[in-house]
Parts: sequence; structure tokens; C-alpha cells
Amino acid sequence: MEEYKPPTLPSPFNSTTPPPILLTQGAEAHLYKTTSLNPSIPAALKIRPSKPYRHPILDRRLTRQRIISEARCIAKLVREGVSVPALLALDWEGHGGEEGGWGGAWLMMEWIEGPVVRVVLEQWEAWLKQNAGSLDSSQIEKEEARVRDLLRKMGAAIGVLHKAGVVHGDLTTSNLMLRPFAGASDAVDGTGSPSMEGDVVLIDFGLASQSNQDEDRAVDLYVLERAIGSTHPRSEPLFEALILGYRDSYKGAISALKRLEDVRMRGRKRSMLG
Amino acid sequence: MIAIGMEGSANKLGIGIMLHPKDGSPPQVLANIRHTYVSPPGEGFLPKDTARHHRLWVVKLVKQALKEAKVSVDDVDCICFTKGPGMGAPLQSVVIAARMLSLLWGKELVGVNHCVGHIEMGRLITGATNPVVLYVSGGNTQVIAYSSQRYRIFGETLDMAVGNCLDRFARTLHISNDPAPGYNIEQLAKQGKQLVDLPYVVKGMDCSFSGILAAIDGLAKQWGLGGEEKAREDEQKTIDSTTAADESSGSKPTRADLCFSLQETVFSMLVEITERAMAHVGSKQVLIVGGVGSNERLQEMMGIMARDRGGSVYATDERFCIDNGIMIAQAGMLAYGTGFRTPLSESTCTQRFRTDEVFVKWRD
Repeated sequence: MEEYKPPTLPSPFNSTTPPPILLTQGAEAHLYKTTSLNPSIPAALKIRPSKPYRHPILDRRLTRQRIISEARCIAKLVREGVSVPALLALDWEGHGGEEGGWGGAWLMMEWIEGPVVRVVLEQWEAWLKQNAGSLDSSQIEKEEARVRDLLRKMGAAIGVLHKAGVVHGDLTTSNLMLRPFAGASDAVDGTGSPSMEGDVVLIDFGLASQSNQDEDRAVDLYVLERAIGSTHPRSEPLFEALILGYRDSYKGAISALKRLEDVRMRGRKRSMLG
Repeated sequence: MIAIGMEGSANKLGIGIMLHPKDGSPPQVLANIRHTYVSPPGEGFLPKDTARHHRLWVVKLVKQALKEAKVSVDDVDCICFTKGPGMGAPLQSVVIAARMLSLLWGKELVGVNHCVGHIEMGRLITGATNPVVLYVSGGNTQVIAYSSQRYRIFGETLDMAVGNCLDRFARTLHISNDPAPGYNIEQLAKQGKQLVDLPYVVKGMDCSFSGILAAIDGLAKQWGLGGEEKAREDEQKTIDSTTAADESSGSKPTRADLCFSLQETVFSMLVEITERAMAHVGSKQVLIVGGVGSNERLQEMMGIMARDRGGSVYATDERFCIDNGIMIAQAGMLAYGTGFRTPLSESTCTQRFRTDEVFVKWRD
């Protein structure tokens, strides 16, 4: 198998010092850590490289559409005071390629400290499994209450997002971050279970769109529900807490949740019994 | 251990015989035969005609498979059949045959989920250990990843299957259904150059094809490209190919352009959701199974995507991709090995049987 090389960076990022550090390769984009204006201000750089598997016309159409809609959504959410990273800079035409060619569109955002919720839940589940023998039921209950609390915060954050008239389009636990409170120490609480203190920050609006429809909101919640079910089976039974947090977060939540019931019934070849 | 697999959830009737050697060496395919019910151009296969086809052929195919495998009935350990999902009537005719053989020969039955059959056969043939699976066929479109003894569905179609979308567009264009409508679309698409604008519908991990079909059917109508007459013209054009290049420069799309655009659009959607699943579970392997998985353009696109992620794609050819009996035998035997049996009283079939309902006891 040939060695994998990430695509070259579009200018000006191919000449910054220190060079941007590749953090993750998502499905759609590469995320780098770089600096903005001043080497001491960290920033997140999201590059949407062209997808060579796609037809070039289709590729440019989708990339352009998506990065512009992402930027618009973020800008709107910042205005509405939702906790999302602020937008710093944007190039939707991707002129920064070699010899002025198509180099992929990019977006620069505020840097958010903290882990993604996926990591927190994975650590928690692993920790629980490891210590399953030594925990009594009241301790497990206490642990579950902490996760419920986190899920409730996630639900509330999603509610605020929906209230602002934006749907995320790709809610997974990888797209929710937990930013520790300013000044909080890194140390986990004494039990060795991961900390769940902090603000929930929504990231990655690559598939977001502006919508006030119950349908879109319900699909958002459904996608998250299934993502939790498939990646965090131990936390799945606690999903109800997220629904509760969501319900109390804004007025339209009740009707969106009603729609969620319909959406759940929709997948193909579900057993129709009962 | 030797198992017979009987598959007939759609228009293919497949009988396969698999051997799992007792010493633990790799399983062997002893026989893999298939007979397909082909409907005339412009039509799909109807359940009742397909069921009749299966009833007419099943005995013949079983006999032929035993002969080809050079095994006698006494060597067979179990009879595996497709329990679902699929079309009701064809499923029923095969399950009746399986039940009859079970009673006649005194062999135990194993009911198999069709999708799991595809996945297990793909894993066996390609040697992929823990891949993200894209299962694409005329009846199913799912992105699947294995986690704690279930094949979990990460994304799927919200309405019709991708193969169904292609097949139905083949009907609009009156393209032949022999050997498969999707195959003929693929061949025609190779001549297409111009990309027409079609909806691109990815919702989170899921996708939807019905709107795309409506849009492209509309385009075919608008440009007068559908129907029997155009199909005949097309055939003539390929015979005397001198006139082939004349229209391609204009803005009016050709039939080939439509096939090309449809494939490019729907396959981009499939590759995209597969990539999302890979990114989500952190896997570098992709396995494509199902009838549409034999499309070389899809395999190529998936290959480019996987390469850019530092991974690789595993695909099989039509013998194993398209519905067949051995995949049922393979998945059935894995379940049989863990002690799973389907008693006669429960040897039913069902049109709705989700991939994630199966408890995968044979993997850890």
C-alpha cells in the first residue's frame, strides 16, 4: 500500500511559520491548528480539499455551496450568542492552489480548548467496564447521573442552536465539544472517571442549514440518537436526559420532539410489529 | 461441515454449497449456481412471476449444485435459506423448497438474514477483517459497521434503494434487463460526457434517491430521450458508430449523458456517506457488497476515496456480489457453528428483517 500524504496546503498556509499542524482528517475536511494574526493566538483551520473521486463540476458545486453555507450559519450563530467557534476568515473559491489553481476552500475559526464528547463518553464507558466489579449500585447511579447531566447540557445546547434557526445536519458526539470552565484544573475528579464539567460547544457546521422546520430539527436529534446508539451503547439508555434538556430549552421544542417520533419510525425494513 | 444455501429474495435464484473443513482451514466453495429471472425492457420483475420462476427452477438447481459439488445428500449438514429481507412471494417459494428438503432428507434448517449473508461472504472472499461495509443492491442501501456483536446500520436510504433507482431509470430509457439493468446503465454511462445538474441528497448519514429519480425521469421526458423508440435508435447508433460524435458537443444531453450523470451523482452520495462512517468509526477498510457493488465506476470512486484516507477498498466480482446461494450457506454455517438452528415451526420468511436484528455470535 502506498504511503498516504495529505494534500498540499493552499496559500498562504503553505508558507506560515510554524506550519499548521494536521489534527484530524474528517470525512469532508482536514482540520489544522494554526495561528491567526499573531503567533500567540491559536486558530482552527478547516480545509475542504477537492474530492478527486467526484466529478470536478459536482465537486466544485458541492464544496462551494457547503463552505458558504457553513460560514453563514456560524456567522448567524455567533450573532445569536450560541456557543460555537467564531468565524475569522474564509476563502470559498479556493484560489490558493498551486499556480493559482483550485486548492480547496478553507475556513478559519476560533480555537476551542477541550475534548470532544465522543472521547469523554468513550473514556467513561471504558472506565466503567474496567471498574464494573468494584462499583456498587449507588456509585453506578451517581456515575450515570453525571452522564445524564452532560446529556442534558448537550440537549440544551442543541435547543439553543435550533432556536436560532439553524439545524446542524450532522450531530454526532464528535461534533460536540466540552470546553472546561475557565480556570478549572485539568485534573479529573478523584474517582478516575473523566470530568464532565464545562460548556458544550457545537462545532463543524459543514452540513448545517438554516431552517425552522420541525422535520429538520427532528432529523438532527435522530441522527444524534443513532450516533450515540452505535458508538456509545452503554450511554444509549440515558438518551432520555438529552431529550429532557432539549425540551426545556425553547418553545418550539415540544413540536420538534413530536416529529421525532415519526422520524424514528421511518427507516427501511423496520419491524412493523406493535 | 457442508451446507447448502438457498437464496431467492429477489429475481435471482441461487443455490450454493460451502464446505467448512473440520481442521479449520479456509472454507471452500463447492458449487455456486444461479438462475436469473429477466423481465422484458421497460418492465420490472413482478413478485408473482419471480416466485413462479423460482418454483420452476429450484429443484433443478439443487440437483445441479449437488452434482457440481460432487457431494451426496448424506454429506450435507444443514440447509440454509434466506429468511429476509426481500420480496414476499419469491422468498416464500424458496423457503417452501428449503422446508421440503429439510423434511425429505432429515437435515436441520438455518434461517439467514440476507444482508448478513452479503457481509460474511464479502469478508470471506476479500479477507477484510473489520471493514465499514457499503451494502448496495436493488433492494438495500446501507452503510454498516460492526460493533459489539451486531452489524450496526450507520446510514441508509430514506426511501428507495440505489439499485432500484438505477433499475427504474433503465426502465424509463427502455434499456435491456439482461443481464441486469444496472450493468447496461454502466456500459451506456461510459459514453457519457456531459454532467447534468441533479439533486444531491445527503441527510446526515442517510441519503435519498427518489427525488433524483423523479428529476432525471423529468429530464429524460423533457429532452424526449425515454421510451422504446429511442432505445432502438440507440442500438442502431452503436451498430454504425459513424454518427456517434455529432451531438455530444451541444447542450442537449444524450441518453448516455443522463446515465453518466445519474451514476456520478448517486455514487458520490454513497462514497460520501461511506467516508463519513469511516471517519466516525476510525476504520480504514471499506467492503462493497451487493449487486450495485459490482459496478466498476463505484469501485473506482471508492478506491480513490479510500486511498486518500490511507486505506483500501475490498470488492468482489459478480459471482459473489450479486445475490447468490453460497453467501447464505456461509453466513448460515457460521451461525450453525455457534449452535443456532431454525426449528421447522419457525422456518418462516419476512419482508422486513433489519441487519441489526441479527445477534452475531460468531464474532467478538
